[in-house]
Amino acid sequence: MIPLSYYLLLSGILFVCGVLGFLIKRNIITIFMSIELMLNGVNLSFVAFAAHWHALSGQVFVFFVMVVAAAEAAVGLAIIIAVYRTRETLNVDQVNLLKL
Amino acid sequence: MTPNPYLWLVPILPLAGAAINGFFGRRSSKKAITAVALAFCGAAFCLALLIASEFSSASAPYYFNLAHWLRSGSFQVDFSFYLDQLSLVMLLVVTGVGFLIHIYSVGYMWDDDGYYRFMSYMNLFMFFMLTLVLAKDYLVMFIGWEGVGLSSYLLIGYWFTKDSAAAAGKKAFIVNRIGDCGFLIALFLMIKHFHSLDFTKVFEQVNAWPTETAGAGLLTAIGLLLMVGAAGKSAQIPLYVWLPDAMEGPTPVSALIHAATMVTAGVYMVARSSAIFERAPMAMVVVAIIGTLTALFAATIGIAQTDIKKVLAYSTISQLGYMFMACGVGAFSAGIFHLMTHAFFKGLLFLAAGSVIHGIGGEQDMRKMGGLRQYMPWTFLTMTIATFAIAGFPPFAGFFSKDEILWKAYSSEYGSWVFWLIGVITAFITSFYMFRLWFLTFFGDYRGTAAQGDAHGHDDHSHGHGHGGPHESPWVMLGPLVVLAFLSLIGGWIGIGGRFEHFLAPVFQSGSAAELAHETAGEAAGTGTETLLMLISVSAAFLGLFLAWTLYFRRPQLPARIAASLGGLYQAVAHKYYIDELYNVLFVKPLIDGSTEILWHGVDQNVIDATVDNSASAAREVSDTVRHMQSGNLRSYAGWVAAGGAVVIAYMIWMGVWVR
Repeated sequence: MIPLSYYLLLSGILFVCGVLGFLIKRNIITIFMSIELMLNGVNLSFVAFAAHWHALSGQVFVFFVMVVAAAEAAVGLAIIIAVYRTRETLNVDQVNLLKL
Repeated sequence: MTPNPYLWLVPILPLAGAAINGFFGRRSSKKAITAVALAFCGAAFCLALLIASEFSSASAPYYFNLAHWLRSGSFQVDFSFYLDQLSLVMLLVVTGVGFLIHIYSVGYMWDDDGYYRFMSYMNLFMFFMLTLVLAKDYLVMFIGWEGVGLSSYLLIGYWFTKDSAAAAGKKAFIVNRIGDCGFLIALFLMIKHFHSLDFTKVFEQVNAWPTETAGAGLLTAIGLLLMVGAAGKSAQIPLYVWLPDAMEGPTPVSALIHAATMVTAGVYMVARSSAIFERAPMAMVVVAIIGTLTALFAATIGIAQTDIKKVLAYSTISQLGYMFMACGVGAFSAGIFHLMTHAFFKGLLFLAAGSVIHGIGGEQDMRKMGGLRQYMPWTFLTMTIATFAIAGFPPFAGFFSKDEILWKAYSSEYGSWVFWLIGVITAFITSFYMFRLWFLTFFGDYRGTAAQGDAHGHDDHSHGHGHGGPHESPWVMLGPLVVLAFLSLIGGWIGIGGRFEHFLAPVFQSGSAAELAHETAGEAAGTGTETLLMLISVSAAFLGLFLAWTLYFRRPQLPARIAASLGGLYQAVAHKYYIDELYNVLFVKPLIDGSTEILWHGVDQNVIDATVDNSASAAREVSDTVRHMQSGNLRSYAGWVAAGGAVVIAYMIWMGVWVR
């Protein structure tokens, strides 16, 4: 049996990768994916704890997160397409004004 | 004690007039303003007459309780009014003379732009003055006391665009505050020791108090503090300096407030507190000395003044000194008697002087008058009566009251021949400077220029009509003069045979029945002496007349030569003994310097302002550094969030390690 700490370590690494990607990358799509990575890192720790403690609530929570992430992906991609259509760039540093 | 439900109406009526004119006067016609001001003031006078006609010594004192005011434990103050013989005299004097002066003001102030304002202030003054004299306890009296001070301030500074008038108003107000401070402390002492401010209750307890013959005690302290208040309001040494400056106000104001009524409030207050003073002989002596010194001191200054109103102002101070002298020797009724006759003749003198000033276009310098007798016969006639009255010639009013005071100063148990002697000298000086004024104004040749007037008038009121030369005033002004002249002539006769004194006796004999016996015994023994003293004081008055006649009528070039030969002494007198300058150096300048250096530059700028300024600039500096965090770059915010999260996690891990 793989110990709990391994899962948690992996979860932390995934989360930090997400954070770093969010901070460093300029492309909106990459940033968006980094957010998904952070969510999944957290999901991993949820299921790991749920399996360890034999509690269902953690797994239920993961489903919630997935549903929200799916909704977010739909809205977020729509926004990204709208941004690209109006500004013809996906570089966040050039998208620093709400006003056109 | 009989209730009298009309009492409260007397003060309220002028208040209503003041309110109507004050709120709506700006848009009303002058006729409407006049009607309101005179109607409400006249109604108060009629009501006072009605109350007086129903007054009977058997059912006096009357009272009326309008409302409860303060209640704190057993201490209680009501808005209640009180009428005994003393307040009745004051009531009639205030409403009567006040009404006459209101009529006069219509003529005098008609062409002034602020006519409605003036009339409103005058009515307001009547309200406060009537509150003062009708109060049933010291606190309500204090309201009136402060209120007349306020009206006085407003009316002295009535021509507030003129710097000197505004400054004079402030001076009067501030000097009065010093006196009021003493008055207030006296009230606090009464609250502490008598638990009441009601006249009847306080005097009841005072009468149970032993007379403080050996040394000073509570009653002496209260008496002296009351005297401080009285000295402020009634312009006695050392607080008299505001009254001469108060002549900056319009002349009817000088007549009403600074001669006939308000300045006598101090005398009234001391007389009202006679129960306290009678049990504090030391305070009595102080009152008598202050009064006597003021009488002499102010009279000497009056000799050398050239402004007609300033002469009358110093004369007022001097006459008030007489009244305090009377109170100080225990002759309260003589003081009130003189107060009444003084209201007649001094009110008349000021109004007549106002008529003169009006008639020659605003000039107040007596050196530019002269010969006005033929131009304004009625003013001359009335002024003559007033001058003879104040100088103490029989049978004019001033003779009876002044003689009464001088006799009491000599014969009373508190009196002494010193007071009498100074009083007679003062009477001589009074007679001299009043006839000097009379001769300078009405005799000789007219020394002003015919076209003089509007351009450089002292009184700053621009007359609508042109000034061809000196002219008589309209009848609306002469009417009050004639009535007052009549009163100055016969007003003293009610004192013949001690009738006035007996009328007031129930008010003043509260404590000592023994004094009455003493007095009748003294009267029997002293008739011969009294006649002698009377002859001396009358001859002093004649001497003053003769001297003034010699110097200012027969040989008018002589005074200048005498003044030159006296040199420094004359200069000192002409400059009012440099008292204003002395006060400036002693009190005003240190106060201003101290306030500027310590309070303004020291405390206000370096402590209070510095605290505020420095905390503001500190906040700005901190913000200046921190504001760089808010760059508007989304990813830098995210970076801060991540860094913050990392710090929190690190902290928690470290804490976890540490706990274990």
